[in-house]
Amino acid sequence: MIAFVLAIILFLVGLYGILVKRNLIKIVIGLMIMEYAINLFFALVGYREGGTAPIVSEGLGDKILFVDPLPQALVLTAIVIGLGTTALLVSFAVRIYEKYDTLDVRKIRKLRG
Amino acid sequence: MSLIPLFVVVPLGAAFLTPIFSKVWKGFPDWMGNLASGFLMGLSLWVLRFSGDTLVYYAGGWEPMDGIPVGIAMVLDGLTVMMLLIVNVVGFLVTIYSIKYMTHYTDKGKYYTLFLLMMAGLNGVLLAGDMFNLFVFLEITAIASYALVAFGVEAEELEASFKYQVLGGAASAIILLGIAIFYQLTGTLNMADASRVLVDVGGSPAVLFVGTLFLVGFSLKAALMPFHAWLPDAHPSAPAPISAMLSGVVIKVLGVYVLIRIFFNVFGTALLPPVLTIFLVLGTLSMVVGGFLALGQKDFKRLLAYSSISQIGYVMFALGLGTPLGILGGLFHLMNHAAFKSLLFLNAGAVVYNTDNRDMEKMGGLSQRMPVTGTTSLIGSLSISGIPPLGGFWSKLIIVLAAVESGHYILAGVAILASIVTLAYYLKVQKLVFFGGLKKVYEGLKEVPVFMCFSMIVLAILSLGLGVLLIPQLRGVVLDPAVKVVAGGIEYAKMVLGG
Amino acid sequence: MMGMTLIVKRITQLMAPSLFLLGIYVVLHGHLTPGGGFAGGVLISGCFVLMVLAYGSEEVKSEARKWRASFSESLGIFLFWFLAILGLIQGSYFFFNVIAKVNPGLPNHLFSAGIIPLCNIAIGVEVGAALFAIFITLAILRVGEKL
Repeated sequence: MIAFVLAIILFLVGLYGILVKRNLIKIVIGLMIMEYAINLFFALVGYREGGTAPIVSEGLGDKILFVDPLPQALVLTAIVIGLGTTALLVSFAVRIYEKYDTLDVRKIRKLRG
Repeated sequence: MSLIPLFVVVPLGAAFLTPIFSKVWKGFPDWMGNLASGFLMGLSLWVLRFSGDTLVYYAGGWEPMDGIPVGIAMVLDGLTVMMLLIVNVVGFLVTIYSIKYMTHYTDKGKYYTLFLLMMAGLNGVLLAGDMFNLFVFLEITAIASYALVAFGVEAEELEASFKYQVLGGAASAIILLGIAIFYQLTGTLNMADASRVLVDVGGSPAVLFVGTLFLVGFSLKAALMPFHAWLPDAHPSAPAPISAMLSGVVIKVLGVYVLIRIFFNVFGTALLPPVLTIFLVLGTLSMVVGGFLALGQKDFKRLLAYSSISQIGYVMFALGLGTPLGILGGLFHLMNHAAFKSLLFLNAGAVVYNTDNRDMEKMGGLSQRMPVTGTTSLIGSLSISGIPPLGGFWSKLIIVLAAVESGHYILAGVAILASIVTLAYYLKVQKLVFFGGLKKVYEGLKEVPVFMCFSMIVLAILSLGLGVLLIPQLRGVVLDPAVKVVAGGIEYAKMVLGG
Repeated sequence: MMGMTLIVKRITQLMAPSLFLLGIYVVLHGHLTPGGGFAGGVLISGCFVLMVLAYGSEEVKSEARKWRASFSESLGIFLFWFLAILGLIQGSYFFFNVIAKVNPGLPNHLFSAGIIPLCNIAIGVEVGAALFAIFITLAILRVGEKL
């Protein structure tokens, strides 16, 4: 139970980073923290008390309690999606620095209205 | 039956082949992109014959055991068939348009790769039968569109795309949190199975929380009013064919379609009354504020972007009424808006292709030199404002009638007011850009190339004539099955899992 | 980006092949132990990144190297697509485990589970090449250079 609350607190830390911080890179880091917090939360959803890793190997016997493998597969996919998003964001931040010469979000405001 | 995965398989294969061969033969991306999207358009017209039933395809051959689905399910029902038609037809016309338009940008190979990935993602979202597949294809579409918005790497485009990415990324994180809690509540990810479980769980606080998370996340993707901040920057900065795809197709599939699927078919009556009220409120807000903000714009494409917010507000307003007539109006307006908004963005693209700027006050009298663009733009503008007998009039009429029928007289009046405001700003566009005196600097302009004209003419014919879909024979093919799926609500589970 | 001192270069020469071998092991045993395509691919790309960090970026700036990373990525993912299609071509389902129907294999052996190890290999190649291409683009190329 406490682990779920901590994951949500991590999510809120990431949200704080996106909303409040002014440096582009810090916004990107805030988004990354949000995504990792969600992945953590999702992996925790699959936990069963007293279960082992869900892989059939030798010497295990019958009637073993496994943890739920479905969230693990989904979290793997979500991590890779997060990787793709982060790579794209960071390369955009690099390009914006070359064009605008600043990383301050308040100064990057050519579009308005 | 095994045609269903082809919607995703063909664009993915074409997208993966294009980087390999685009260095060998310069024309390969064009041929591959257009063949793939042409094939998809033909396939989507072919599956119209199945529009009455619900077809389910289990990937990998994992059939349900004891009535519980265990595999990845791809579902094709009435609503999906209608949306597939919209996505693939507009996609094909946009790829034809891009053959000539993208010569102004670098590297067509990368453009077609990203575009085909976006098409694969859109088709995947429409066909997904379970929540996580929906999420994965949603992310594929979103990431491809982030890269496409900033395709010509100017300063403004990068800034717009960055804003779009951060907001879209936050929306995706919220959606994933919703899916995680959803999985813990229902124990399954399959949408049909989950809707059965949710009937028992009812209106507990956890279900309300998940509903709120999904509402916030997908409204961000659909650019409903409080969450619309990325749209007026992202849609103008993209290259014109991508703006047409984004405004005409992507915000509908990623936002409106998924909202319909989740709140009408999965959550059903457990959450429906408060959700309908929220749709009504947000839709009215988008309609009115989007329309008024569009009045003051000087940039052609930015005005069209605010107009998109307004029209999607119409659709959500109609869906929020909850009656079958309202749902018919909303879905029909969705279809119409895809036709005329894509047409208007392609027109804006033709103007930019020739004159290289988007400021309307610097243009004038362009329809003397570009007759096809001018005429199609006029047809599109009249249709979106709701002038009879063009297509847009019928859908707006049905929406207003549905509002009157369910007793929201004031809101019906607001809808008519928003329609008048729409007419006002489109007349302003026509006057400033196409009519009036021709400026000296534009004396030497010629009409845009044939491929671009072809797409615009076809879309203009569609904007003119989509009203024919209300004739009972044709309505039974496309619109009625879609309305039946949405109004049927939790019947979706019975149709997918077979009773 | 400059390379590092002689000691680092020598140690990297010893370590990088073991890292590469570990990555290949994780990829190939994806159906028996945790890991599989993604994790193994990250390890493989880590080996290449380690080499670039130790030896400096001048080695990587040649055109052929850059194009090879991009090409291997496209080839890897195309191979994965092709494996998924095999089911459709044969007349049964998409992503069907065509090899397992013909030759099931025994549990806990390396040559079993049909199509899954081949998919893991394709994903390992793709992820390794993709991460290395991202690293080259972000850390080495400057404005105006192309990949």
